[in-house]
Amino acid sequence: MNIFYPVQIFADWLTYSVFGIAQKTLLASAVNFFIFDTIKIFLLLAVIIFVVSIIRSFLPPEKIRTILSSEKKYFGNVLASLLGIITPFCTCSAIPLFLGFLEAGVPLGTTFSFLVASPMINEVALVLLFGLFGWKIALLYIASGLVIAIFSGIVIGHLKVENLVEEFVYKSNQNGKLSLPSLTWKQRTDYARSYTWEIIRKVWLYIVLGIGIGAWIHGYVPTDFLARYAGNGNWYSVPLAVLIGIPLYSNAAGIIPLVSVLTEKGVSMGTTLAFMMAVTGLSLPEFMILKKVMKTRLIAIFAGIVGIGIIFTGYLFNLILGK
Amino acid sequence: MNIKILGTGCPNCQRLEANTKQALEELEIKADIEKVTEIQDIMSYGIMGTPALVIDGEAKISGRVPNAEEIKELLEK
Repeated sequence: MNIFYPVQIFADWLTYSVFGIAQKTLLASAVNFFIFDTIKIFLLLAVIIFVVSIIRSFLPPEKIRTILSSEKKYFGNVLASLLGIITPFCTCSAIPLFLGFLEAGVPLGTTFSFLVASPMINEVALVLLFGLFGWKIALLYIASGLVIAIFSGIVIGHLKVENLVEEFVYKSNQNGKLSLPSLTWKQRTDYARSYTWEIIRKVWLYIVLGIGIGAWIHGYVPTDFLARYAGNGNWYSVPLAVLIGIPLYSNAAGIIPLVSVLTEKGVSMGTTLAFMMAVTGLSLPEFMILKKVMKTRLIAIFAGIVGIGIIFTGYLFNLILGK
Repeated sequence: MNIKILGTGCPNCQRLEANTKQALEELEIKADIEKVTEIQDIMSYGIMGTPALVIDGEAKISGRVPNAEEIKELLEK
């Protein structure tokens, strides 16, 4: 029994009865797909973002910093990557997180594990993956994202590149102290509600556009149309997908629905996963902002390691999952 | 009373400022609101999320926008 069955009934009713589109036509298929997916995704978004926000209200970055500053190598990387899942990440929060962690004595490698996991594994991407690809692919995405984050952090920790971080970062100055009062449940739900709205307001247009174009492709483009270009046989499809993904960060919400349809048309799953990881995990605006706190060489090392991890994941899943 | 709003000028920082002004007016407290926008200065209060509200040198709010009621409670303490 599918919990979205009522949504399907509603989508059928709207498509065939209200709009009066004849069944089994391409138009009906596209319209039905669009209505069903849009409603399903927005329901999931509202519920999941709300729940994650409540959890987050118990684990603000200030608390995560305290936890991570006392953790040892390796385990710290694992913990940092896991905590990265629930933390919201926008390019504007990269600097405060980076500075705050290092000042508090969190090792550089652990900080990078967090910096990789936080944008790559976020609740909007997870909702879209779960809603459009199913829970198996969503779990695969989480698992490989975690592995990449842990691995990148450990490698950067071993490279001993602390000298590539701008000097002022380690000079902490203190003007005031932290005394955040603990929140009441009402404050937590208020925060979760306003954050959920904020995110939905920010992404809804991209999602609707993505699903809309996706619905059109779903209905009108022949299956396996893209297999020749982006199927399993092409060795260069994975690195190419990663390169294309780097500048697309701000539109991640619209790209996932689009990509979900492309897999129907012959793009292989490993290539798709690699592409989505590149979109969320490697972002050009974030690199620009990070230049304020680290040398370009460190950004290149960071992007290089994460990029290699993503490409490897792409090949691996192309190999395991077949098409 | 010394009140500081920490943030790099994002829309949420402006909302926090507006709510704080409202709270001050309703409590009839006269206080200047100082805005801290340089990232290094922001970090020196120990917070990691913006916007943040600092009352008399203590960071009370970080990473969210409380409503005027909540700020009033913080101001009265």
